[in-house]
Amino acid sequence: MIDALGQPQSAVVLGGTSDLAGAIVQALVRRRCRSVVLAGRDEQRLAASAATASAAGAEHVSIVRFDALDVGDAARAVDDAFAAALDAAGGVDLVLLAVGVLSREREELDPARTAEVVTATYSWPATALTRAAALLREQGYGRIVVLSSVAAMRVRRQNFVYASAKAGLDTFSVGLSEALRGTGVAVQIVRPGRVPTKMTEGLPSAPMSSTPDAVADAVVAGLESGAPVIWVPPAARWAMGLARLVPQALWRRVPG
Amino acid sequence: MPDASFAPTARLLCGWGRAGATSGLVWTPRHDDEVAELLSKADDPGIIARGLGRSYGDAAQSAGGTVVDTTLLDHVGGVDVHGEVEVGAGTSLDTLVRRTLPQGWFLPVTPGTRQVTVGGAIAADVHGKNHHADGGFARHVTAMTVATPTGVHRVSSTRDPELFWATAGGMGLTGIVTSARIRMLAVSTDRMLVDTDRFFDLDAVMTAMEEGDARYRYSVAWVDCSGSAERTRPGGRRGPKVGRAVLTRGDHAGIEHVPAPEQPRAALAAARVPRPHLRVPRHVPGGLLNRLSIAAFNEAWFRRAPARRKNELQSMWKFFYPLDGVAEWNRLYGPLGFLQYQFAVPPGRGDVVRAAIGTLSSRRIPAFLAVLKRFGPSSPGPLSFPMPGWTLALDIPIGSEGMGRCLDRLDEMVAEAGGRVYLAKDSRLRPDLVTTMYPRLEELRAVRRRVDPRGVLRSDLSRRLDLG
Repeated sequence: MIDALGQPQSAVVLGGTSDLAGAIVQALVRRRCRSVVLAGRDEQRLAASAATASAAGAEHVSIVRFDALDVGDAARAVDDAFAAALDAAGGVDLVLLAVGVLSREREELDPARTAEVVTATYSWPATALTRAAALLREQGYGRIVVLSSVAAMRVRRQNFVYASAKAGLDTFSVGLSEALRGTGVAVQIVRPGRVPTKMTEGLPSAPMSSTPDAVADAVVAGLESGAPVIWVPPAARWAMGLARLVPQALWRRVPG
Repeated sequence: MPDASFAPTARLLCGWGRAGATSGLVWTPRHDDEVAELLSKADDPGIIARGLGRSYGDAAQSAGGTVVDTTLLDHVGGVDVHGEVEVGAGTSLDTLVRRTLPQGWFLPVTPGTRQVTVGGAIAADVHGKNHHADGGFARHVTAMTVATPTGVHRVSSTRDPELFWATAGGMGLTGIVTSARIRMLAVSTDRMLVDTDRFFDLDAVMTAMEEGDARYRYSVAWVDCSGSAERTRPGGRRGPKVGRAVLTRGDHAGIEHVPAPEQPRAALAAARVPRPHLRVPRHVPGGLLNRLSIAAFNEAWFRRAPARRKNELQSMWKFFYPLDGVAEWNRLYGPLGFLQYQFAVPPGRGDVVRAAIGTLSSRRIPAFLAVLKRFGPSSPGPLSFPMPGWTLALDIPIGSEGMGRCLDRLDEMVAEAGGRVYLAKDSRLRPDLVTTMYPRLEELRAVRRRVDPRGVLRSDLSRRLDLG
């Protein structure tokens, strides 16, 4: 059961092999979290993430497999993850969504790659969140934390397919949050700056960057305060507010 | 079910702290047999009683489950010659005192608000400013009717004492109290005779309480948690020191203590129980109660109190219920809500009280109205909170940075000292410390296995702390 400071005892992680998700799970386990269901694609990487979660102190860790390119399978994956959490902990306190595929500059003229990035970063997550929201409503409470990105706030030449999909997911999450008002289920959106992880390997460092641990600490603090949007670093909130006002001709010249 | 109008409504419920709301199906039975029927049909994820929702945390809600609103079970019998009265468990202490005070009977134990039900007062085994003298609420319950999933029981401290005491402080986990017989306290006026003393530091007030509380039926100290650890600030300016306190102690005034001209108004036949004269609006922005406003309030509270005053006549309403004049005062904390952290530690561990106040102050976590008092002997209830020694209660707005970790560390200090945190106030305790704080939890579980073998009596609190 979740506590008044938003700290979960049972978490379902969609995209459980991501570096950010791993850091967040560790931070949650250090507080109250005892049961973790990790859902992801790669079995070996899931096993490795599960081992890390157990080492951090989680008492029950289970694994559910899914492929984020198979949108028709999203509801099944969520159902399986919830069933595993119900078995281990009697309910789901927190759903963390950390699914997405980054596009690289050269790939962005390839229609097949565009379809993949949009499916894995927007369509699958939105479908899965819809199912998770319904299950949490039935349960009578719960939190959903969606990993968005500051990249979704103003698009740039590089990674624009990814950024557009994240922008879609971000908007979807704001709407979902409104739809769930008064139900006991709350949605919180995390907008981190670029975090050096597996996903961003090979990319140059950017302004407003952060680390997985900083994101994890911000998420735990954000759960406590209930902030609808969690910016990491906090200054990104103001920087992106300003960025929206910059004319495109100038924005194009901003490095990063 | 008896008739079609007896139907549930889905409602979002939270405690008095207004955080951690969950949705459940609320039934409002009008008769005891409807309670018994709900219990016999109850299923996962659980069923729990709810009165007026004054528990601060999640004790009276059950996410996705059944919540039994007891407030229509509010019959009040006549007071017999021994001062005993049989009341429905959904009766508020406010209603009870309105009925009995004109005949000369007051509540034997009262919390800081009259807006709690008798059932809730038993389930939390609530205490008042007289715990050191008169014990907790359940000690004044001579018998009660408890509906359980396996049947209805009339219990007392001699008839099925295990169920009686497990229910006293059992947070609703042994069944639903439908009615109770309470031994009231005889009083002759609605006035109190009060001594007030002001202290500039915590040690002084604690010493005064240790030495003097035995002479008073009621005693409570308000402690200022704002201010700094040292009275002298950089630059030599003297500021308020953390831990300054106002101690009020007293007893009921006899008619002979009241000046003759006022006697007709103080007589109980004319007693008027006040109603709230202010109401906090529904929407209050967050951040209204912050470090600055709380410090300012504390400053005013401290200065308003006289340095020393003996035998002051006060109305019992002002003395017992300073906050009951403002309806819905919990809304002042804004949309995020607040929590109350109340703990008890053994008599020799006043150092934990000092450390708790010091820790909050040094971490700049604002705490409003810290209330300090001394407890007398525990009740036999395995989950009853009071234990001999000190208790400190702190109201803290949610959203202060680092508050979660800070309270986790306080939990550890309290547990290490052999103390405990009050479950009726709790909304965030470290689950791994529950059995240390409540070493007799297994006795409650044994009673539960007997009266609730399917384990359907569950609340968000019991799930969160694994009390079942």
